[in-house]
Amino acid sequence: MLFQDVIFWLLAAVGVAAALGVVLLRDIFRAALLLVVVFLTIAGHFFLLAAEFVGVVQVLIYAGAISILIIFALMLTQNVQQGNLPNRLQIPAVMISVLLLTVLAAVFMDTDWRLLSDLPGPLGAGLVDVAFRDTTFSLAKLLLESYALAFAAAAVLLLASIIGALSLVRER
Amino acid sequence: MGPFLRDNVVFREVYCWLGGSESNAGLCGGADGLLPAGFEWAAYFAAGFAIILILVNGALLGAAAFVWAERRLLARFQSRRGPNRWGPWGVLQPIADLLKLLIKEDIIPHAADRVAFTLVPIIMLMALLLSLAVLPFAKSAYLVNLNIGVLYIVAVSSITTIAIFMAGWSSANKYAMFGAMRGVAMLISYEIPLVLSLVGVVLIAGSMSLVSVVEAQTIPFIIVQPLGALIFMLGISAELNRTPFDILEAESEIIAGYHTEYSGIKFALIQAAEMAGVLAASGFLATLFLGGWSGPFLSGQLGALWFLAKLGFFVFLFIWIRATFPRLRIDQIMAFAWKFLLPLALINIAVTAVQVYFFGFYQAEVPGEITRGELLIMAAINIPLALVSIAAFGRVTREKIRVPAPRFEGLAPIPRTAEVD
Repeated sequence: MLFQDVIFWLLAAVGVAAALGVVLLRDIFRAALLLVVVFLTIAGHFFLLAAEFVGVVQVLIYAGAISILIIFALMLTQNVQQGNLPNRLQIPAVMISVLLLTVLAAVFMDTDWRLLSDLPGPLGAGLVDVAFRDTTFSLAKLLLESYALAFAAAAVLLLASIIGALSLVRER
Repeated sequence: MGPFLRDNVVFREVYCWLGGSESNAGLCGGADGLLPAGFEWAAYFAAGFAIILILVNGALLGAAAFVWAERRLLARFQSRRGPNRWGPWGVLQPIADLLKLLIKEDIIPHAADRVAFTLVPIIMLMALLLSLAVLPFAKSAYLVNLNIGVLYIVAVSSITTIAIFMAGWSSANKYAMFGAMRGVAMLISYEIPLVLSLVGVVLIAGSMSLVSVVEAQTIPFIIVQPLGALIFMLGISAELNRTPFDILEAESEIIAGYHTEYSGIKFALIQAAEMAGVLAASGFLATLFLGGWSGPFLSGQLGALWFLAKLGFFVFLFIWIRATFPRLRIDQIMAFAWKFLLPLALINIAVTAVQVYFFGFYQAEVPGEITRGELLIMAAINIPLALVSIAAFGRVTREKIRVPAPRFEGLAPIPRTAEVD
């Protein structure tokens, strides 16, 4: 699996470099563009893990829509031509970053990293066959059967945010 | 070897010609290739390169042919002659155009962000060429049979939006910025009906792979999904920034919009991406709604010809639309997307989902299978429904024209008198 290793390290190196660029660059527009690169490398990792549906959705939602919203927000910011201005939010930013890192580390420690094919019992090789033949099908089954409540709750949340946005911009 | 390329005709021919051996007897029939054993990887790369060479050059040659066809046809529509100097009927005109663009000076404005400015044409063309990877040109003539092909097309073409934003921002030009802002607002809005219009096709075909969609079309989906086809066609012409949706380059308002500052080869690449984009969009329309390479007869042997004929039909339709409709205002464009296309797309999804559940699962002997007769029944329901809902929502979005009252009493038109006459 030499080829996959090469692709992985390439994606990882580009992703980490771009992520560092997002934080370190003074030019806020270039930082936003590098964020798009980070999103695309993450999509590449999904493809490498044979999760092609999640990968394409990553491109569609993150690279195609969320990054556009971020750039839109940048353009409506004052003094954006002078680059990334210093402000007094360093301490809250550090706190949020540390919190996020803790959560990520906790998830990382908690996850069962064994391959699906190494799992014992009925979750073994049979599941690999079913899950990887068509990930869209497996995802849909999980979303609409095991996690139907969370799925519906997400829909309600989206509806609430749409109504909120509409009430904010409504003409009086 | 990846499972994808195995089916491709060109790939198999080149691969077996170069690197056939006993180890891949299943694919090549055991015949020896030109390269010695152990060099299958070289044959693999050469064959992959051959396909990509054909695809990329085909797309760009197609774009050149499209430039000629569009200029000639637009001239016909406008009672002109069009380019007719070089070659018979002026067919060599695109070469002249390209040579002119190649020898022009390639200017980068002093205040521009050089990196982003240079990347824009590259990203635009790359996004377009990526989307061609899943298009089946004939039976087993495609680069990849992705099982999420339909979603892949939309995802890859959404990258163009970022390129337009980069062009607008990095040019350091207010007209480029206006064009980009208008364009991005439009593109985000039209992406939603565009994705939703494809759901009906995916539901009926039971798969998002373009190859399966073609195979599922025992009758063309344009009859079963008239609303879906209409919304996809209108949505994709907005994504392609063609008149009536060309507010982001609107040459009579904001010079050339987002590519105002581009010249020379960069301008040529942006144009090539737009032109080949029309071809790709026509190809997707032909594949998703007109049955792709399948035809009433000889669809195995003549598949590519069927595909080209259907593609040509949609290309003609795109040029016809461009010649017919005037440019819309930004508020009209937004109202059209949100008040007309989006509700129609939702109606289409709801109706199609019920039909697919009824014919494919509730009534069917084999779950998920919809027969030709059932498709015809669905068409008989969907075509009148499409007409009624278009009429209903067209009435809702029709603009009420208010004639503004004259602002200055003194400037009222001078009444014509008998003496003047």
